[in-house]
Amino acid sequence: MDFTYTILIPLIPLFSFLIIGFLHNKLSNTVASGIGITALTASFVMSYYTAYKYFFTTEKIDGAYQKIIGYNTVWLQFTENLHIDMGTLIDPISVMMLVVVSTVSLMVHIYSTGYMKGEDGFNRFYSFLSLFSFSMFGLVVSTNIFQMYVFWELVGVSSFLLIGYYYDKPSAVAASKKAFIVTRFADMFFLIGILTVGYITDTYDFLALTDPSGSAIAQGGGILFMGMSTMTWALILIFMGGAGKSAMMPFHIWLPDAMEGPTPVSALIHAATMVVAGVYLVARLFPVYSISAPDALEVVAYVGAISSLFAAIVATTQFDIKRVLAFSTMSQIGYMITALGVSGMHGHEGVGYMASMFHLFTHAMFKALLFLGAGAVIHAVHSNLMNEMGGLRKYLPVTHITFLIATLTIAGVPPLSGFFSKDEILVAAFHHDKFIFFIQLFVAGLTAFYMFRLYFRVFWNKEPHYHHTPHDAPMSMKFPLMFLAMFSFVAGFLPFNEWITVDGKAIEIHTEWVVAIPATLFGLIGIAIAMVMYKKETAIPDKISAAFGKFYKWTFNKFYFDEIYMFVTHKIIFNIVSKSVAWFDRNVVDATMDGIGHVTEKSAEMIKGLQSGQIQKYGFVFISGAIIIAIAFILNLFY
Amino acid sequence: MNILSLLVLVPVLTVAAILLAKDNKQTRLYSAVGMSIQLILSGILVYMYIQERNAGNTELMLFVKDYVWFESLNIHYAVGVDGIAVAMIALTSVIIFTGIFASWEVFNLHREFFISLIVLSTGVFGFFISLDLFTMFLFYEVAVIPMYLLIGIWGSGKKEYSAMKLTLMLMAGSALLLVGLLGIYMHSAPEGAPLTMNIMEIAKYDIPVEVQRFLFPFTFIGFGILGALFPFHTWSPDGHASAPTAVSMLHAGVLMKLGGYGAFRIAMFLLPEAANEQAWFFLLLTGGSVVYGALGAIKQKDLKYINAYSSVSHCGLILFGILMITKTAITGAIIQMISHGIMTALFFALIGMIYGRTHTRMIHEMGGLMKVIPFLGVAYVIGGLASLGLPGLSGFVAEMMIFAGSFEHADTFHRVLTIFAITAIVITAVYILRVVGILLLGPVKNKHFFELKDAKWWERLPLITLIAAIAFIGIAPFWIIELIDESLVPLMDKLLSIQ
Repeated sequence: MDFTYTILIPLIPLFSFLIIGFLHNKLSNTVASGIGITALTASFVMSYYTAYKYFFTTEKIDGAYQKIIGYNTVWLQFTENLHIDMGTLIDPISVMMLVVVSTVSLMVHIYSTGYMKGEDGFNRFYSFLSLFSFSMFGLVVSTNIFQMYVFWELVGVSSFLLIGYYYDKPSAVAASKKAFIVTRFADMFFLIGILTVGYITDTYDFLALTDPSGSAIAQGGGILFMGMSTMTWALILIFMGGAGKSAMMPFHIWLPDAMEGPTPVSALIHAATMVVAGVYLVARLFPVYSISAPDALEVVAYVGAISSLFAAIVATTQFDIKRVLAFSTMSQIGYMITALGVSGMHGHEGVGYMASMFHLFTHAMFKALLFLGAGAVIHAVHSNLMNEMGGLRKYLPVTHITFLIATLTIAGVPPLSGFFSKDEILVAAFHHDKFIFFIQLFVAGLTAFYMFRLYFRVFWNKEPHYHHTPHDAPMSMKFPLMFLAMFSFVAGFLPFNEWITVDGKAIEIHTEWVVAIPATLFGLIGIAIAMVMYKKETAIPDKISAAFGKFYKWTFNKFYFDEIYMFVTHKIIFNIVSKSVAWFDRNVVDATMDGIGHVTEKSAEMIKGLQSGQIQKYGFVFISGAIIIAIAFILNLFY
Repeated sequence: MNILSLLVLVPVLTVAAILLAKDNKQTRLYSAVGMSIQLILSGILVYMYIQERNAGNTELMLFVKDYVWFESLNIHYAVGVDGIAVAMIALTSVIIFTGIFASWEVFNLHREFFISLIVLSTGVFGFFISLDLFTMFLFYEVAVIPMYLLIGIWGSGKKEYSAMKLTLMLMAGSALLLVGLLGIYMHSAPEGAPLTMNIMEIAKYDIPVEVQRFLFPFTFIGFGILGALFPFHTWSPDGHASAPTAVSMLHAGVLMKLGGYGAFRIAMFLLPEAANEQAWFFLLLTGGSVVYGALGAIKQKDLKYINAYSSVSHCGLILFGILMITKTAITGAIIQMISHGIMTALFFALIGMIYGRTHTRMIHEMGGLMKVIPFLGVAYVIGGLASLGLPGLSGFVAEMMIFAGSFEHADTFHRVLTIFAITAIVITAVYILRVVGILLLGPVKNKHFFELKDAKWWERLPLITLIAAIAFIGIAPFWIIELIDESLVPLMDKLLSIQ
């Protein structure tokens, strides 16, 4: 099968970026968005065509989907075996990601024509969206880990540019800076991990790295460093990079602040695509994790579980609707990460891997929908805070219905897609580690609670006084909402167990009631509590938060992670380390150099008296010297 | 006439033309024409070089010309280039070309300024084409001396102090270097054979190891001072802060590269055993200065100081890569020379343009400039992104090659040190984004800024040229690698044969 054309999927948005970017003050807004949407539509069509071609017409070998290199070229040669290539790798997960990215990106492109209308820098926005789409497509089709790093950085910078879109707003500037630096910090570990993997296995190529019977996986188990093999260390370092992008603890602090960006950006980058890059990275290298470094996989599982719990708890107390959604994203990504951590390689053991990808897919759709819905709400009431909302179901009927669908989906109510994907994750956790299973079960309940808190608070509850009567969104915004709502319905019935598995072979799945019943029950309880507390205005929420006292305060302040980071960076690194380096440089290193100059000058000053020009003085010195030497000879001092 | 000698001749003729110029307008016109010819000439050189190589010429040095100059000491005017030198010449001609336009607006003693600037560039071109130690040293001095005048006369702030400091420290470097070069000359041939200054001739003979051990520190530090080797880098912040725009561009962009280039071409190539033995010590110094420079930049308040410290960090990485002695790392180091040269020239040009508008270089006195001068703002952001190593721009390629090359070493020392140096990529991001945030983003700080005009054509031209070069190297690094790759082989063979 020929997949060479897949290289065009990232390249078309790149051209669109260049065209809009160079001509941004020449093009009208309509033309600029038209170019962006056309480019994305092309990528969208090609992605779906690729998915069709790959899953339905490509021949399976031994019952398994094969990994196919669509296109590959050497970009930067380090040594004979180590080189950065640029190309496309077509396999189940990359095809799935192409579908996810192109769908959400196209919807966001369409949605933004309405949402961003009349904004200053509308064209800039579209050029950045194209840049992001290019980078993200490039990331998901990477044929080697260094290509992934290249695009990893590029999505990072696109995210930076888009978060800081309102660049005259100090909070947006600070948020974009924070996002970039925190992820960059994590990327540093990623880079070290890549270099180490390259050193151990002598290849960056994904096919060579992840071949279960290949030589790369077999290597690196032997050398020990602090009790773990170097391969384990390298994979943990790589996972740290993934954790940075995917906002896992302790690198999560940038994600809530990233909500300073325009809402369509939050939907695209900070909910559906870029933030799941970490999940995708681990999935991409999964055979290596599973076979040569099970310890690293254990770390992955716990980081995911703890992050999902942490984020769900924090989400229950936030008032900014985008921030609630941000923490919810973090929590759901925690699910996906955990699912990978508890997965095995083959057969039913591999259900975690399948579930993780499944959840990634469904989550992308319903979370993008939630964000776009939130955008429509914000567009209508000009505020992010849920205290300033209420009773909106009357004014925004379409937004209300689609938002409700998405909320039910994330809460795991059958038969919406979230139920199926979450259920598979819980099954995987149940068979691997009961502790993680119970954490995830509890998180499922919390998720239902905080999402319905949000829903009731915005669409029901007491109606505040609105300055203008809120209006539902224009068609350009409604269409993406309805399209994604449809996806939230359908996605649950896609046969992921046949399509996306570690070894490419289909696996059997069946509903395990011991998991499905408590999960649904927890979800319903969460919804019920939220309904009691928030459907009408009551005093219960205040009482409960008062009852939790300190714990509520800690939660509300996100357990002071930001403050700790601020302290370390500003107080310690900037003020102590950096200032002392600057001081040291001026007052020790430079002062020494100046000192040498001064000493030279001073000594010249001192001895210049000798050059008096007086013959008597010279004669005196000459004769004294001669006498001293003569005495020395006489006394035999030289022997 | 030999194309290489033309490269020296054109600047000299330009200076002569400027002397005849009637007014300032003619002066800058002649300068611009002369340096445009120089740019075209170096383009032709690149083309001729590639043609020659494709035609199967495997000589180490191409376009060689050799005239006896001073017979009793066997000093020749010997010129010739390999791919590395060609790349450096191309870099120099780009920087001097853009530097002329960055000094377009008329100021005091305009003519004298251009003369000094072009004389300086003559020295740099001469340095890169020389194959004779003496000629090379001569050109080196020709490049350093005008710097004193350029900073002392046209500088700002504590200009006399800075000019004096810079010149004296570089002279101290020259003194060390002279010891090293004379030492090499004295041992350049086996007993009885005539001594030679020709680098290629010396390379054929292995200088005794004891001698190498003694000479290597002199030569390496001598060049290293110019390449901002810690702790001899302190001339750089003061010097850059006081220097006028074009001088900063040329100095950080090209002159500092003379250090790295010389350290590699002379110190390492002619003294390979000592280089292998003593590399660890200098690796510690340079690896340290990569992080040290970056940390030093975080809290600076003056734009030029920030860029000067950033240069300490980036130039540290050049020497770091060279000292790794693997082909990948050295290739990376050479690309880093070019990349940093262009990047830092871009920064200094921008700083000059911003200063010309706001009359301050203190970042806290500025803010929101993106809104009022978007062209300069975007150019600054692109430069910043290149500096922090964004893929698709030149810095990434250079850094990755150096890091990956360093990881080829099997021992822990090199890899641990590399990991230490890698932390600089985060620190760089911190100080770059801090500056961008304070300087360009946020609300417009001063209402006078609303009257500022965006870049004029003579400002856009150099900026676009430099940005195009950054993007070109970043997107298609393979061309430049191909240019230098073949030339590295003999150099590497000599260095690696010892290990």
